[in-house]
Amino acid sequence: MSSILEGFSQALTLILHLDAELLGIILLSIKVSGGALLIATLTGLPLGALLGLKKFPLGGFFVTILNTFMGLPPVVVGLFIYLLLSRSGPLGFMSLLYTPAAMIVAQSVLAFPIVAAISHSAIAGVDPILRQTAVTLGATPVQVSLAVIREARYGIMSGVMAAFGRVMAEVGAILIVGGNIAGYTRVMTTTIALETDKGNFELALALGIILLSISLMINTALYMIQRRGMVRTNR
Amino acid sequence: MSLHLTASNIFKSYNGESVLKNCSFSFDQGGVYVLTGPNGSGKSTFLRICSLIECQDSGQIHYVSGGQVLDNDLALKRRITLVLPKVGLFNMSVFRNAAYGLTIRGIKGPVAIRRIDKVLDFVGLSHKKVQNARTVSSGEAQRLGIARALVIEPEILFLDEPTASVDQKNTGIIEGIINTMKQDGKVTVIMTTHDRDQAARLADHLLVMKGGEILSVPFEKEKI
Repeated sequence: MSSILEGFSQALTLILHLDAELLGIILLSIKVSGGALLIATLTGLPLGALLGLKKFPLGGFFVTILNTFMGLPPVVVGLFIYLLLSRSGPLGFMSLLYTPAAMIVAQSVLAFPIVAAISHSAIAGVDPILRQTAVTLGATPVQVSLAVIREARYGIMSGVMAAFGRVMAEVGAILIVGGNIAGYTRVMTTTIALETDKGNFELALALGIILLSISLMINTALYMIQRRGMVRTNR
Repeated sequence: MSLHLTASNIFKSYNGESVLKNCSFSFDQGGVYVLTGPNGSGKSTFLRICSLIECQDSGQIHYVSGGQVLDNDLALKRRITLVLPKVGLFNMSVFRNAAYGLTIRGIKGPVAIRRIDKVLDFVGLSHKKVQNARTVSSGEAQRLGIARALVIEPEILFLDEPTASVDQKNTGIIEGIINTMKQDGKVTVIMTTHDRDQAARLADHLLVMKGGEILSVPFEKEKI
């Protein structure tokens, strides 16, 4: 017990003194996960919107696939991306393996189904009366779609935040495709895994506390967004 | 140039069940037209078809302006509007809800603000304009629906059962709004109601529907 407390105390000291290496690890984590989230949102939101707004054959099948992929095991994604990017793989010529770019690609794959599936669910759940209302007021088909997407904005934001939480906490995929190279591809989660193996609990704990704090901030933001969107209805 | 509507030989059925049977009428005199009749008589379906929200199985809907039959395109659809019986309100303020029709037409700035303030004042919702529209009562929601329709200055305003789900006080307010529109004479109102007394109070022209047919056309209050 005392060693845990001591570890915490040293971890807090590390956080307060925030050295360049620690700061670099935190910033790279945010950069990789932020980049992945941006890609996942730019691709997942249009797909979710398309599935939520239009009815077409196999639409239900695609939604089921997306829902299944929400729980993709990171190590499987890591392995898949590794095979794609390895020198003998089809994308080996790009020399992306063990770079932050490979980590962004891997995390994008993890975040994409979450953004797409939750966006779809939020958009499909918008009251059809609102779509009709927009039509009665003279909206074009594009304006109707935008009105529906705007109406689903809080649900979509929840999906984006959930995806961010998932990739920030993920370790398996980036460890495989990033390689945990110090000062280059080492991020918070991979550092925690490595330092724990080495018995260097202070740094692992310090990063754990920071990771939890970031997660807390994300969830607080998520809660605030959802609370804003959930308006009491008298009718 | 004023807009007139003529419906000719409209038929409509859902799942093989005939809802409208050979309905024809010309809405060409302005004022307030009231379609009344029991539930299931086809009033709302006829209104939705006339307002171009729904398609008929057969028959013609013709909008005429300046002697010319207009195409049923977006330009025409933006000259008319329908307020649904359950008003769909966007999850935003009362003001922004009222602004929607102007926003999609690219009308912004002081002109838009003036028009929105005017209609909100007209329906008695000025004091609620910053409130989220989802938090207003059903009567206020119905009035907001009317304000949102009026802000785009339609030439024909369709109201589908505007007082079906509101209390007596709001029914009075909404009838007052319709009467004011009638006096102003700027917009032709075509509405449905199953309340015969209300129909008698509001109508300049009355249509009674039953079993998917328009039974009587010329307006004679004493007959209802």
